[in-house]
Amino acid sequence: MKRDYVTAFFALIGTFLVLYILLPLVVIISKQLLDWEMLMKTLHDELVLDSLKNSLLTSTATMIISLFFGVPLGYVLARKDFRGKSFVQAVVDVPIVIPHSVVGIMLLVTFSNRILDSYLGIIMAMLFVSAPFTINAARDGFLAVDEKLEHVARTLGASKLKAFFTVSLPLALPSIFSGAIMTWARAISEVGAILIVAYYPKTAQVLVMEYFNNYGLRASRPISVILVLLSLTIFIVLRWLVGRSRNA
Amino acid sequence: MLRVENVNKDWKEFKLREISFEVNKGEYFIILGPSGAGKTLLLEVIAGIFIPDSGRIFMNDEDITFLPPEKRDLAYIPQNYALFPHMRVYDNIAYGLKVRKTPKSEVEKKVKEIAEILGISHLLHRKPKTLSGGEAQRVAIARALVLEPKLLLLDEPFANLDVQTKAKLIQEMKRWRRELNFTALHVTHSFEEAVSLGDRVGVMLNGRLIQTGEVREVFGKPKNEEVARFLGFENIIEGIAEGRILKANGILIELPIEVKGKVRIGIRPEEIIISNEPIKTSARNEFKAKVLAIEDLGSLIRLTLDIGGIELKAFITRSSLIEMAIKEGKEVYASFKATAIHVF
Repeated sequence: MKRDYVTAFFALIGTFLVLYILLPLVVIISKQLLDWEMLMKTLHDELVLDSLKNSLLTSTATMIISLFFGVPLGYVLARKDFRGKSFVQAVVDVPIVIPHSVVGIMLLVTFSNRILDSYLGIIMAMLFVSAPFTINAARDGFLAVDEKLEHVARTLGASKLKAFFTVSLPLALPSIFSGAIMTWARAISEVGAILIVAYYPKTAQVLVMEYFNNYGLRASRPISVILVLLSLTIFIVLRWLVGRSRNA
Repeated sequence: MLRVENVNKDWKEFKLREISFEVNKGEYFIILGPSGAGKTLLLEVIAGIFIPDSGRIFMNDEDITFLPPEKRDLAYIPQNYALFPHMRVYDNIAYGLKVRKTPKSEVEKKVKEIAEILGISHLLHRKPKTLSGGEAQRVAIARALVLEPKLLLLDEPFANLDVQTKAKLIQEMKRWRRELNFTALHVTHSFEEAVSLGDRVGVMLNGRLIQTGEVREVFGKPKNEEVARFLGFENIIEGIAEGRILKANGILIELPIEVKGKVRIGIRPEEIIISNEPIKTSARNEFKAKVLAIEDLGSLIRLTLDIGGIELKAFITRSSLIEMAIKEGKEVYASFKATAIHVF
């Protein structure tokens, strides 16, 4: 067989981006592993542990809230045609085009002191920038469920709500979970909006910035590494779980 | 039992116009029409998935036009079967019973019973995507029939199956009907399904139900040219078969295969040979016939013949008509080969 030079060439070009993403990860982690003492010290730092806890808590809360509101919205976007649907769809995608610092300013202007420096503020900033992932994934998940399945469930005696919970939702669930994981990942990686809305309670991502500004690169490195390892582990485990349920 | 009155509906490129018909209890009613005629839309309106723009639907004299699907007590089997892919076959069949909060032991008993009758007991633990087309269709029918619905709605149930599976399922469908005694409304574009299964048929063209009636009546006397052209097969004879002989209205017809009991046969008008004198050959069905009507179809002439009380349509060419001096009331001989007969 003739060798497929085109695909090989494309693969070669494409490799660049993969390496580009991997390289800094590998470098920062391996550098930190050589500085084991500092890593251990950081792991016993109350401030760091508290900030990590805050990050995990707020991003998980954000994911749950985005599911609660995003799944019904996704269903409506998938099943109904209505006037202004494209407007609603555009609104859902707006957070992607707004710089995150601007998101923070907007939220602060709108809700002022009520959200300043509070868990609520962090979650609201996270939700604003990360909810579209859940909404769009839910919509795509429901779109992939044949409407005939719901119709048949109805004629077999299920109410609309029962058909939703026994047929549509279970079938869309893998897609919805993928979206929720993206929401969680986006939430825990958010800095810009949080920095403006809620510098305290301190989240790990903000702490990294603070350490960098105050003590320099070396000081901010260990907590960066911990944050990266933690996020990546959770992200990979969740993706693996969803992938497994998809193939079941 | 089901009565549809003047139903109109527009949806996307499909439409229903002034649809009225009735399905009686225990009847197998077939709506026959080409694709795009609006057959699926009609089923969905009856199932309650769509509300008609105007008109009424009654079930046992109760107006169900605006009832939601789950309150109508009928079962709908769409063309792609729509098995729930995340449930095993057992749970698919049990779905309606579970929704009705039937006790678990009873669910199990009923599912096993219906699976036994439909010959799918060995599939109960499988997921739908591992089933063949014929198996999936059986599961879909089981899921519907286990609820003993007042009416079964079938959308092209055999369209996606290969010829052999299809023929087998049609025969089994007759048996299931005898055993379970359900009422069905079946839409199809297949002439064969209509003649094999239908007690009565309705012909649907462009969103209108043009003609309804007994199978033999509709095929024998198409209401207009449009229906006749769609049906194609114009001679349907009903009778009692005994081996290779069919007794119909006093005449005996030799069949190409052995069958027993009440059957319908079809003969295409172009297969019938007309002559002034009897043709002396064996293996032919030959009858003395009286010409009832002569119709000019342009290139062909269609004769309506009477053979011992049965009406037959036959095509001859214009030159034959003149040569043989055929006129209304004239006696001729009509013959056709046993092999030209289609036994349904």
